[in-house]
Amino acid sequence: MLTKRVIPCLDVRNGRVTKGVKFKNNVDLGDPVEMAVRYSNGGADELVFYDITASAERRPIDIGMVEAVAKAIRIPFAVGGGISSVEDMERVILAGAEKISVNSLAVRNPDIIAEGAKAFGAQCIVLGMDPVKNDKTASGYEITTRGFREFTGMDAVEWAKRAADLGAGEIVVNSVDADGTREGFELNITRLIAEAVDVPVVASGGAGRPEHLVTVFREAKADAAIVAGMIHAGDYTISDIKAAMCAAGVPTRMSW
Amino acid sequence: MTAIIDYKAGNLTSVKLAFAALGAEAVVTSDPKVIAAADRVVFPGVGAAKSAMENLRALGLVEPVKDAAATKPFLGICLGMQILFDHSEEDGGVDCLGIISGHVRRFPTVPGFKVPEIGWNGVEGLDGKEFYFVHSYYAEVVPETAGFTEYAGVKFTAMVKKGRLWACQFHPEKSGRIGLELLKEWLSC
Repeated sequence: MLTKRVIPCLDVRNGRVTKGVKFKNNVDLGDPVEMAVRYSNGGADELVFYDITASAERRPIDIGMVEAVAKAIRIPFAVGGGISSVEDMERVILAGAEKISVNSLAVRNPDIIAEGAKAFGAQCIVLGMDPVKNDKTASGYEITTRGFREFTGMDAVEWAKRAADLGAGEIVVNSVDADGTREGFELNITRLIAEAVDVPVVASGGAGRPEHLVTVFREAKADAAIVAGMIHAGDYTISDIKAAMCAAGVPTRMSW
Repeated sequence: MTAIIDYKAGNLTSVKLAFAALGAEAVVTSDPKVIAAADRVVFPGVGAAKSAMENLRALGLVEPVKDAAATKPFLGICLGMQILFDHSEEDGGVDCLGIISGHVRRFPTVPGFKVPEIGWNGVEGLDGKEFYFVHSYYAEVVPETAGFTEYAGVKFTAMVKKGRLWACQFHPEKSGRIGLELLKEWLSC
């Protein structure tokens, strides 16, 4: 049976993994390659790296880091941040990443999804989205961009459908409301999007305890879930999370 | 020396790095002479069957691939497995290499099953071990099927073995330690 994926997220700032709440108060957590190896050996099903300073500083993504990670681990990983063209995507893919995550760029230029999917296949193109609760939009959630700083007026569910139609192979739903709280995923928006699109949906934002993953898989139809602070801080290991998933009857990869 | 065939069907970096991790000498090539001289041949691929077949023809690689599959240890991966079959229904239908008799079809639309199938799934016939899959099309189960998997209500070929011709739907190069073990096993077959 296809297993539900547990995906550690590594926010990289100036070559170091950091973690902050709602993109603020960042603390240094370690070297991206060392952490990638540790999580890969510890049972992560996939990894995602966000070069969080690249976009803000308007510089390209750190290709050297992508190459070093690709050399060090043998599980799939996605990379986001600092991508502004199909050429940037190509450099990241040739460096060994499986997938490219686009977020603000796709809102500004939706055609980049179609161009990327045509060039590399839909499986390579991940749409990341940062929805926030807003009753004025049809689904009750509005898309924000640039690290929650800008409001777009776009409805989250409509955007997810459009992105999937354009060729996004997977959608990461990162709830602005839940991000960094460690109080659990935002189940409602995750479920709304999982039910609206035919491509896999990755829940993101709010994971604080293993039960949160159990709940998002069982109740919100997520295909994968992102974890960050709860494992970075050493409160839990991936094994702890997977043991809880397995005990709750969630299909889980238990041998690695 | 192992030749990894480059026919412009996806990124070969991961495949190259996996063989490097095993200390195996491997070169990426689209040169028929290099393929003919290789001890072993890896035939990877992601993307669409139709453009993959067009690229193979344009590069003059159809016969070299068939020769290699018939004469030396050969490993197809993902799309590189699918186009070994007779036919794929991708893009309105495309005739493939016909090295293995059988058809490649799109997963049906079934509630609760996303397409593409992305992630780790167990393979019956390979001790139920889990490998990493990314695909929207699947090859039917055939006599050469050595491992099968189920998704969207379909039982499909996860791996075929026909002598020293091995091919898998999953990505051993992205399947962690278990994937590397399979590549190592192939390197000694």
